[in-house]
Amino acid sequence: MEFLLQPLTLLTFFPLVGVLVILLMNEEQKVAIRWTALVASLMTFGISLWVLQSFYAAESVTGAAGALHLEAKYAWITVAGWNIYYYLAVDGLSILLVLLTAFLSPISLLSTWTAVEDRVKEFMIFFLLLEVGMMGVFLAQDLFLFYVFWEFTLVPMYFLIGIWGGPRRMYAAVKFFLYTMAGSILMLVAILFLGIKTDTFNVPTMLARLPDLYATGAIDPRAQMLLFIAFAAAFAIKVPMWPLHSWLPDAHVEAPTAGSVILAGVLLKMGTYGFLRFNIQLFPSATIAAAPWIALLATIGIIYGAAVSYAQQDVKKLVAYSSVSHLGFVMLGMFALNAQGVAGAILQMINHGLSTGALFLLIGMIYEQTHTRDIKVYGGLWKITPVFGTIMLIASLSSMGLPGLNGFVGEFTILLGAFGSKAIGSPWYAGISAAGVIMAAVYILYMFQKVFLGPAGEITHHHELKDLNVRELITVVPLVVFMFWIGLYPAPFFNLIAPAVEKILSALPL
Amino acid sequence: MTQPTFTDYYSILPFTILIAWACLLLLVDLFIPKDRKSVTASIAALGLAVTLGYGVSQFGKSVTGFSGMVVLDGFSTFASVLVLVSGLFGVILAYGYARRMNIQRGEYYTLLLFSVAGMMLMAQAADLIIVFLALELLSIPLYVLAAYSRNLESEEAGVKYFLLGAFATGFVVYGSALVFGATGTTSLTGIFFAASNGTPSLLLSIGAALILVGFGFKVAAAPFHMWTPDVYQGAPTSVTAFMAAGAKIAGFAALLRVFSVAFPTLSADMTNILWVLSVLTMIVGNFVALSQTNIKRMLAYSSIAHAGYILMAFVPYGNKDVIASSVAAGLFYLMTYVLTNFGAWAVVISLEKAEGKGLEITDYAGLAKKYPTLAAAMTIFMLSFIGLPPTLGLVGKFYLFRSAVSGGFIGLALIGVFTSLVSAYYYLRVVVQMYMKEGDPVIEREPGLAFTTTLTSVVIVVMSFVPQWLFLLASQAVLK
Repeated sequence: MEFLLQPLTLLTFFPLVGVLVILLMNEEQKVAIRWTALVASLMTFGISLWVLQSFYAAESVTGAAGALHLEAKYAWITVAGWNIYYYLAVDGLSILLVLLTAFLSPISLLSTWTAVEDRVKEFMIFFLLLEVGMMGVFLAQDLFLFYVFWEFTLVPMYFLIGIWGGPRRMYAAVKFFLYTMAGSILMLVAILFLGIKTDTFNVPTMLARLPDLYATGAIDPRAQMLLFIAFAAAFAIKVPMWPLHSWLPDAHVEAPTAGSVILAGVLLKMGTYGFLRFNIQLFPSATIAAAPWIALLATIGIIYGAAVSYAQQDVKKLVAYSSVSHLGFVMLGMFALNAQGVAGAILQMINHGLSTGALFLLIGMIYEQTHTRDIKVYGGLWKITPVFGTIMLIASLSSMGLPGLNGFVGEFTILLGAFGSKAIGSPWYAGISAAGVIMAAVYILYMFQKVFLGPAGEITHHHELKDLNVRELITVVPLVVFMFWIGLYPAPFFNLIAPAVEKILSALPL
Repeated sequence: MTQPTFTDYYSILPFTILIAWACLLLLVDLFIPKDRKSVTASIAALGLAVTLGYGVSQFGKSVTGFSGMVVLDGFSTFASVLVLVSGLFGVILAYGYARRMNIQRGEYYTLLLFSVAGMMLMAQAADLIIVFLALELLSIPLYVLAAYSRNLESEEAGVKYFLLGAFATGFVVYGSALVFGATGTTSLTGIFFAASNGTPSLLLSIGAALILVGFGFKVAAAPFHMWTPDVYQGAPTSVTAFMAAGAKIAGFAALLRVFSVAFPTLSADMTNILWVLSVLTMIVGNFVALSQTNIKRMLAYSSIAHAGYILMAFVPYGNKDVIASSVAAGLFYLMTYVLTNFGAWAVVISLEKAEGKGLEITDYAGLAKKYPTLAAAMTIFMLSFIGLPPTLGLVGKFYLFRSAVSGGFIGLALIGVFTSLVSAYYYLRVVVQMYMKEGDPVIEREPGLAFTTTLTSVVIVVMSFVPQWLFLLASQAVLK
């Protein structure tokens, strides 16, 4: 019982309660199944708020700021030379991502209310399983446990894309699966190597033992670099960093709306979070050596993603490529390896989840009515659906980083950090990346203009288009609230992050 | 030669129980009418269950019998239990299937019992003569079983298996003769002492290599795998399922014991050979499986690939520091493979129709919509074969690759994970068909099949969360 009542255990596995209830239901009771899933994910969100409150309490204890909190730690497999723990904990690096996951899940479920009519039962089961996997990834503090959750997220997402996706869904699903697995198998070998060298899979213990191994040469700098690369391979594919991004447009475009929202909102963050939690902390010297290179790739990604976005005729693809650009910013800030850069990167992960999540939701809502996402056939939409247009405008502006909205805060802090970064070594990366902000304005406003302004297009003309209904408003308005909140008063969010960021940076030999 | 003592008989008691049961069954079956062969099947299953029950009680015992020719230890008990479980699944899968395919005859179950007995003896063999005896005892019934359908494919499978199998046995015998020539003994420990005292002899190396070839054939390791796809495809599916599991367990058990007891002195050369064999097997099995459209052939290549993974555990066999954990990893992986294997074959049998219909991968289209639990079970088996959570397959691969890395074979582990990635593609194809394509498959509802798929899928998932107990068992099954 004590095991189950740990806040983090409860948070991670609560969606399973929903899965069990749904399993007992009849395929035909679609409404009841939807409600069960929604209630389960809302309750998970409730638990995440409880976790947040406990987190505040734990942080305010003197000297505990920035440490791991709410630990749930039990020996799991400790026979036959194994040293694996069931070990969940949360700190400033992960708390916001945990909240984001819990927050986006019910929202995504709400977006499927009328969009998913076929095989509702299976959809909800896979979705809730995915939530378990994502929570586990952000909370696990044992590398084996982390790897299990990390690989597990693949399975439900594969089904979500492959069954409920667009016309090329099977291709996209398999591509997504194989790409991600290709990265994680390298990480597996690195995890095994680390586990054998340090005789533990437990991350805090590993962090305590590694400096000695580095100092004595038991793991030489070359080995450390290889380990860094093996972990980076898994995470860079997930982020995705240029040039490993080619699975992303396919997966995003073919996935159902809820899948795209979760994919962009949470799954991509698993990659950036992985860099933060593992690469930077476990391999400090390799991190510093690699920082300029990562910054280079990130800068290329920012410019490339923005340029390719501009060329898209499919709205969803446009937003998908914009993710490559936005996550380039996150990577640039993170490998600036200073307080501003890293804090900005963490906040930008949340911002991207909110704004891109909102964009995908809105695109899904209009697609449900028109069944096309081709920019050319739209036009003059604002006149017909003013509420939809307004919210779309806010989400677009947030995505391109307009001051007063959340995107600006994140990108500005990141660029500030990258300009003054000792690790990157040159202000040029930040300088060039700043152009990415302008390019974002170009492709997003181009899209907005073509779809919402100007003369009525083919589709707008021939369809009886309806504006957002109450359910759809409930789905997107919470996101908009946070866009303004973070944009106007980001201090509470930074305060959550700052101590943990300081702690990991102080461990770096910069 | 001294008189056999009580200890001698005690050491082969599980084997004796099963052999006696099989002989009795052969007689009893004569009096069972043709339409009531369920009785024969039940008696056979009972015999396996009794032996299994007794076998489980032997955990932790260590007895040597017949002047060191036979040993009963943790390792042999673990392998015997696995073999007996395979035999039980073999009977359960065969019963409904044989009736449906009109091949219901009593000898089936008797032959199966003899073969299981041979496999058990193989796990206990501590002398090359016993290895040879056991090899014949397990193989000959399998040759007959492979040809059991009496149609063209099945007969081809039987003949092919027999000819190539006899050839492989020849390699083992010839190798044993050379080893005897080099050391003057056939006892495994005797060979070790002779080899470590004398100068290294070429004869011994050649003998060991020939034995390796013979067993490479039995476990379907590349490049000795040529027979596998044809035999697996042609043999009745219930036989294939049993053969894929049982023959592998026995082959690997013998290889492990012979090499780590008798030939540690050759490890400098043999490790390289085993490395190449393992890599080749993983690559050939996984890459050729990519292009298969028939599920039986695909699973045949997948079974070759998994032989490659298990061979990984052998590579550092001369390294005393890691061999214990390596053997445990190999046994654990074998167990994972056996469970997944029977689950997957049970699904195949559910969909198989007369005259080899229903065996294309495209025949699985739409399975998830019509039979959600069966499709879910098959998905679990496929995930377990790939090595993904939440299945035992992940734990097994983790264990195996860990022992490869700790033995210093990082390259081997890397090849292992890369071929796993390749395998994901063809295993997922089955999942794609089941969940993402439209179709109207019809399955046979038989209690034995439902039992097997349910039991194995539940065990595979549940045990992946609590594998400690199985780890403990596997790690105690270490060779002395």
